[in-house]
Amino acid sequence: MESYYNPSDLAKFGEIAEEAPEMAKKFFDYYGTVFAEGELSEREKALIALAVAHSVQCPYCIDAYTTACLEKGSNQAEMTEAVHVACAIRGGASLVHGVQMMNRCKKVSM
Amino acid sequence: MRSFQDTLHHHGLHLVREVTSTLQINTGFRCNLACKHCHLDAGPARQEVMTRATMEEVLSFVRRNSFKLADITGGAPELVPDIAYLLDGLSLQVERVLFRSNLTLLTRGEYAALLEQLVAGKVAIAASFPSTNKKQADAQRGSGVWESSVKALKELNRLGYGKAGTGLELFLVANPAGAFLPVEQSRAEQRYKSELAAKWGIAFTNLYTFANMPLGRFRAWLERSGNLQPYMAKLAAGFNPATVAGLMCRSLISVSWDGFLYDCDFNLAAGLYHSGRRLHLSEVDTIGKGIPIISADHCYGCTAGAGFT
Repeated sequence: MESYYNPSDLAKFGEIAEEAPEMAKKFFDYYGTVFAEGELSEREKALIALAVAHSVQCPYCIDAYTTACLEKGSNQAEMTEAVHVACAIRGGASLVHGVQMMNRCKKVSM
Repeated sequence: MRSFQDTLHHHGLHLVREVTSTLQINTGFRCNLACKHCHLDAGPARQEVMTRATMEEVLSFVRRNSFKLADITGGAPELVPDIAYLLDGLSLQVERVLFRSNLTLLTRGEYAALLEQLVAGKVAIAASFPSTNKKQADAQRGSGVWESSVKALKELNRLGYGKAGTGLELFLVANPAGAFLPVEQSRAEQRYKSELAAKWGIAFTNLYTFANMPLGRFRAWLERSGNLQPYMAKLAAGFNPATVAGLMCRSLISVSWDGFLYDCDFNLAAGLYHSGRRLHLSEVDTIGKGIPIISADHCYGCTAGAGFT
């Protein structure tokens, strides 16, 4: 069945360098640096990435960072909590805009 | 996927035996558990256990060689009737003895004499403890196993195992709970140490992390779950040529419950005999250097990433 998303496409990510190699190199170098052990551990960074992946709803990233989290030693309970963090921020971001709605209502209502 | 032998050839590597300093003794496939990651398909229904006659042949083989370490594994070695005899014989002939335990039997009353023997002989214990998370561990090893393991570790600590200055070493062994690679060993050890100490007051000597081998019951699960091809591809893609020099098979020889020789316990599971011939240890005088190690695609499990030796 044809689909816009194909799991095997993730392995082709590097091919993005074909038309713009310099930009791709800078991006992938930067990407590698971001996920290296630093003030945050690789495990913590993978959990953040997993949460963000759910927030931006990227199936490639969800696949990749689910495995990465497991291989960095996180368990499913921790990963589920990370997804809830993404959900809370994403849901909260919608809800807090309700203040704008209320402001506008006040402005135009008698 | 390129075969393991082709990959070695591509990197100009030769997998040959160095000085053999470890004898791994697989005392049989009988086990009270049937862990999903088991490469041997060990379990309660298996009847294969090492007899006293084979133990005598093992001890004679040990006398003809100069092993520094005897590594006793199974199945569950606790379930081997003459295990005390084997332990006694080995303790007299090798510098160190390592006893692998699944932690669910060793501290039970009926094994008190065996445990006493291990303590008295300062036999090191390597215990399976795949995850600090109960759900993950039980998913792999069976319901209730995690809790019995924690209880057993506390008891081993009480006897001095894993405590500095006692000479009683307690190693934990962690395998991933699925078709993914293990956590990098030193980081996993740090986390295990702090978490086990903080939550349950448990101490241990070192942690070893190993990849699950695509053999036995684990392979059957990989096939059933559609994970075999991607898992093999992941192991092969992670091939690290730097690991080959330090692979355990270069310095270890494995003997099965019935006395046949293999280059490692994984080759034993795969039925790949040492030197490519069905050799009983009674037919072999000493294990020499330079003998090619028999390899197959499951060997990618020991060469992925930082390697698992």
